[in-house]
Formats: sequence, structure tokens, C-alpha cells
Amino acid sequence: MEFAFTEEQEMIRDTAAAFLAEVSTSEAIRQAMATERGYDPELWQRICGEMYWQAIHVPEAYGGMGLGYVEVVAMMEQMGRYLLCSPFFSTVCLASNALLVAGSDEQKSQWLGKLCAEGLTATVAFNGGVNRWDAQCVTASYRREGDAFLLNGDYRYVIDGHTSELLIVAAREEGSQGEQGLSLFLLPADSAGVSTKWLPTMDQARKQASVCLTDVALSADALLGEAGQGWTALSEVINLASVALAAEQVGGCQQLLDMTVDYTAERVQFNRPIASFQAVKHKAADMMLQTEVARSGVYYAACVAQEALEGGELAAELPEAASVAKSYCSDAYFAIAGDALQLFGGVGFTWEYDVHLYFKRAKSSEHLLGNGAVHRERLAALLLDTEDVA
Amino acid sequence: MKLSFSAEDEQFREEIAAWLNDNLTGEFSKLKYRGGPGDEHTYPKERQQWEKKLAEGGWTCVGWPREYGGRGCSIEQQVIFFEEYARAGAPGRVGHIGEGLTGPTLIAFGTEAQKQKYLPGIVAGTELWCQGYSEPGAGSDLANVKTRARFDDASGKWILDGQKVWTSLAHESDYCFVIARTDPDSVAHKGLGFFLVKMDQPGIEVRPIEQITGTSEFNEVFFDGAECDAQDIVGAPGEGWKVAMGLLGFERGVSTLGQQMQFQNEFDQVVELARRNGAGQDPAIRQRIARAHTELKIMRYNAMRMLSGQSGSDGSLQKEALIYKLFWATWHRSLGELAMDVMGPECEILEGGPYELSRLQSMYLFVRSDTIYGGTNQIQRNIIAERGLGMPKEPRVAVNQAVK
Repeated sequence: MEFAFTEEQEMIRDTAAAFLAEVSTSEAIRQAMATERGYDPELWQRICGEMYWQAIHVPEAYGGMGLGYVEVVAMMEQMGRYLLCSPFFSTVCLASNALLVAGSDEQKSQWLGKLCAEGLTATVAFNGGVNRWDAQCVTASYRREGDAFLLNGDYRYVIDGHTSELLIVAAREEGSQGEQGLSLFLLPADSAGVSTKWLPTMDQARKQASVCLTDVALSADALLGEAGQGWTALSEVINLASVALAAEQVGGCQQLLDMTVDYTAERVQFNRPIASFQAVKHKAADMMLQTEVARSGVYYAACVAQEALEGGELAAELPEAASVAKSYCSDAYFAIAGDALQLFGGVGFTWEYDVHLYFKRAKSSEHLLGNGAVHRERLAALLLDTEDVA
Repeated sequence: MKLSFSAEDEQFREEIAAWLNDNLTGEFSKLKYRGGPGDEHTYPKERQQWEKKLAEGGWTCVGWPREYGGRGCSIEQQVIFFEEYARAGAPGRVGHIGEGLTGPTLIAFGTEAQKQKYLPGIVAGTELWCQGYSEPGAGSDLANVKTRARFDDASGKWILDGQKVWTSLAHESDYCFVIARTDPDSVAHKGLGFFLVKMDQPGIEVRPIEQITGTSEFNEVFFDGAECDAQDIVGAPGEGWKVAMGLLGFERGVSTLGQQMQFQNEFDQVVELARRNGAGQDPAIRQRIARAHTELKIMRYNAMRMLSGQSGSDGSLQKEALIYKLFWATWHRSLGELAMDVMGPECEILEGGPYELSRLQSMYLFVRSDTIYGGTNQIQRNIIAERGLGMPKEPRVAVNQAVK
């Protein structure tokens, strides 16, 4: 049992951290977040061309680096720490995962190939604007017309939906309910009948969009996975993305903790650094506890996610491990962000200091893909509603 | 990162599981899930017999080096041992203080004679130990020890006077390790000694403390001219603090995974009850059960990180180890509250008079001690902030005068 990063994984993490410290400065974040696109396209090209991050867990057969989900998580943690503005989460943690989970060999070759070689951006749209993250959140529908499909419907909370070149959309067969009748489709964003719109968000460092489909006609080869069986794939994608998002949350927790410890060491009141007051130290200690606990939950979930993608023996644990990580990290990040803001005092309330960027990200990530309560209810159902007693 | 155990370790798992399955039977059956914190008063004599049974099978001191009678198990195997032990519902160990604290301390700091004299009895499960640290005036401020040890030239022995408190299993124990002040003019952590004291002697009196549960497993121990042989001081007079702190380092370790298995057993009882009595349909209770489950799961992952890490070589604790006590103690305390809230008004009704508590009721009351002993939550937060985050100590009032 080696529940620690290997030397190679540590190197990947440290390289990512060093690169991000250089490119994702407070100034760079603020420049990117002020744009509608939300990221610097030159930086994204540099990331894809020099760092090859978009290809990290794509198998070599499709032009990727062939690394695992633990590496994805190690990098997401650093991106969360440095608040990188980029389409990495949407492209790698949503779209790539959807292709890996549900794509045919041909679809993977085509789209993952483009993604790795050209830095194609992509995302997954599924939530119709409802406050839930189970199969019922999919409200867009499709009708079969011979071998083809006709799609209609709206999506909200689509990460980078207004800038992505490829959309992977979930829709349900007309008249279907719940987990039945869902299908996933590959949809180039410039297809006829697709309109996307940027949604201004409180957290400006990650962009969300709405997507509207009006009589979008798709041929059978646009179908990702089997018709009507889409929920199995989509729920796995949501779980995988939740693990990645939880890693981003851990990175944010760590950064807030570090910032707070530094600030309270410098800030002098009553002739002493406020870091020497127990009222401050105890809050910081709780922040560290939550950060480390969150990290343990995420690293475990990362191992499980990796096995899920490889069909390993822990694969069946993914829904539970993802909910454990996402529920804890969501609550921890927001609690820590609130405490950090409090300990920074007045300056934490200003636009100038970076605390508010993390405070806003914490709330955004908390609700994306289901907040703590949503994931705890998923766990409660596993524990309390199953027939046979564990 | 890799989560699985090797084939060799899995074979070891089968070995210990089979041994427990074969031996935790007959007269020992009633000991299942008994003993341990909160239930330490149950079957003390029978559990001493069990300790000897374990020793016969070679299952005491599994992590000790072979040269001292241990099994020389790797960290992974120790983890497996404690997991399987708890999974089988094997009783709370009465030999855990000797095995977990005295032994490692003597192996690290003791003389050859001390090792030869004391280690075999611990390995054989025949000699039990208790811990003489806390005093009425030395709780969180452990260095404020007032128990005194003076060397009597005439008899060639150390003579101890003073009082220890919160000494669990004192009335069952053969020996106690005691920190006492060898230099009466010293203060705080200077001038202390670490003594190995025989309990069965006229100068020692043990008085049980009646706890919040109505039962007693902690004691006060009074030393009134108690004797300790000259060769039974560990380290030099004045070096007791170093030994005592070294010992505390042995307190966290692989046994935590066994503790978690016990937590799992308790949590499962709460879930089972919630399924039966309908509380499991209450949305607020469902959230709390799921939260407890989440944190218990992560507690295990955190321990796995702790055990996979590189701490120990320089004695410094990693971050995931520093937060561990605060995390599990707070979790366990919440579990007690959750158990009562799942029971609802039925939580008030005892199993019998005058004060016969159910296991969950007893757990609920007893877990209040978890956030107090072994460093309160408040002390833990100081340690985390100072050692983990490098935050400055709070300015202290000038050190008080020497203990007289």
C-alpha cells in the first residue's frame, strides 16, 4: 500500500505549480476574468503546445500522454490553488471523460485526437436549469426520425459553453422519465440550430453559459454511446468531474490557508501579530484540519476514479468516493473561504485583495455538480434505502 | 498511488482472521465487542485471560522487533492485524499500555536490564501497565507535575510522594510508569524523572473515579512513600520529560486503524437503528448520518496517508498526522450525539435500574472524554497552529516559582 504520490507524480505536480505561479498571477486572473471568453487563448495554446495538459489522461493510442486520473487530480489541485482561468475543467474533466467513458473507438480517435493535437475546447451540457444533479436535471429532449435525431431544449450552468468548439449534450427521448431514455450526442458548436450565450457569473474566473437547441438534426454517428443508456455514462462523467472539482477545491483551501497564515503573521494589532492570538490560531488550525481531511478524501477518490476508467476492482466505489470527496470539499472550501475573509478583516472585503476571488470560487464550485447536501443525500440513500442491510 | 495490499499481506490477513475465528470462541465468546474506552470496566479478569491466549498465538506486540519477543510485522501487516482484530469484534486490549507505550519506550530509552526485566511479561500478556502522567494540577499543562521522587541513600531506592489521576486500569495493573520531579527546585519540564513503579506495595493506594456513566475505569493513584528500585528509572534523573514526550510519539500509530474499525462498528449500529425506527427517513438525520459516514471514510484514508508517509525519521509529524486526534475525537463526540438523536425520546430510557446504560447511551456519555484526554481539542489546535502552521505562541505569563 502506497497511498502517496510517486516521485513522478510529485514532479508533475511541482512542475504545474511552478508554471502556474508564473502565468496565473493575480493580475493575469483579473485580466482574463474581465473578458467574456474568460481565459487567455494564447496561454491556452501554450498549455496545449508546451505542457500538453489537455492530453494528460488520454491514452497514447488517441494521441494522449496516457497518464492516470491521479495526475489529473494533482494538476487540478494546483489549478484550484492558482485559480487558473482556462477551459481545462470543461475540456478535460467533462468532455474528455465523456468521450473516454462512452465514445466508440472511432469517436475517440477523431475527437480526442483533435483535443490533444489542436487544443480543441469542449464541454458537456446536461442540466436544464434545475437545482438537482441526478437524471431528472436533463430536460432537453430528442425525437427519432429514422436513423437520425431531432433535438430541442435548453441548458444552463454549462461551463465554457459559449466558447467551446465541441458540445457534448444530454437529451432524453420524448416522453421518457428519470434515468430512462437518456442519450448523449456529439455536437459541434457551430451546428445549425445551436445558440450559446454567456451568463455573467458572480465568480468571474470561471465562465458559464446557456445553450439552446432548436430543431437540431443529428445523424446516428453523433450518438455517443448507446441510445437510451446515456445516464450510466453521464453519471460516471459527473462522478469523475466531481472528483476533479473536489481537487480544485482542495487547492483553493490550501491557498487560502497559506494566505491567511502569512497575512496574520504580518498584521500587527495590540502590539503583536494577530497570528499569536489563540482566537486566530484556533480558526487557522480548523482550516488546516479541513484542508488535510479534504485532501485525504480527494486522493482516495482519485485512485478510485483511475480504477473506474481502467475497469479496476474499486470501480464500483466511484459514486460513493466521489460523493464523499465532493461533499466534504464543498463544505470545507466555503467554510475556509469564509474564515479567511474574516481573518483578513477589512482588506478581505476589498476588490484589491485576492480573498474574494477564492470566496466566490468556493460558492461556485460548491453548487456545481451538486453541493454538500446533494452528495450527502446520495450517500444516505446508499446507506439507508437499500434493501439488504450492510 | 496504490491502494491494494500485496499477496503476501493478504495471506497474513487470512492467517490472523482464521486464528481469531478459531480462538474467539467458548469462554471468550462473551468478550466480543466488549472492553475498550467506555467499557473498560467490563470483564477485566476474562480479558486478562484473553491477553494470555493472544500471547500463546504470538499475537501480542506484533509490531515489536523479533529480538524483543515481537512478531516484527511491517506497518502494512500491523494495519491488517488491527483491522482484523477489530473486525472480528475481539475485546478491547488490557495490555495495550504495556504493548503500545511502555515497550516502545523501553526499547528506545531503556537499559538492557530494564528490557530484560519488563518486556517478556508484556509479550506474554501476564503483566499489565498503567500510565502515571496527569495530576490534579497537571492536565493540559502536563509539565506542571508535582509528584516528587527523592533518592533515599539508606535504602538505595527512589521514594515517591504525590498523586496521579485519570489512570485507567490502575487497579488491574502490575506496574505504572510515572513522571515525577527529581529536582524539587525545578519548574516545568526540567528536573523530571521517568519511573517504573510496582503497583502492589504499601505506599500506593488506588481509588476509582466514578464517571459520568456511573461506572469507573479511571482512578486516582496516591503515592505515599512508594518505593522504586534505583535501576528502574528510565533515562537519567532530570531527563524524564524527554522520555515522556518520546512515549507520546508512540501513542499515534497503526492502532488507529483498529480504533476506526471500532468506530465503524458503532456507526453501523446507529445506521441499523435508523433503518429500523424510521429516523432514517428524516432528512436532517439523513444528512448527519451521511456526514458521519463521509468523515469516517476519510478518517481511514487519512490514516492510510499517515502510514504511507515519511514521518518518523526526523520525528516530525506530517500535517495529516497532526490533525488526526482533533479530527477523530470531534467525530466520535458527534457520533454520540447522532446516536441519541436517532433514538429520539427513547434515548432517555435505560436498559434497567439504577443506571444501566445501553452501549449507545454509554458511548454517547463516554465520548465526551475524547475531546479532553490526550490533549484537549483546544491544546490540539494550539499544536496544529504552532507546529503545523508555524504560528507564534501566545505570550506567556512569566514562569511561576519552583514547586515546593
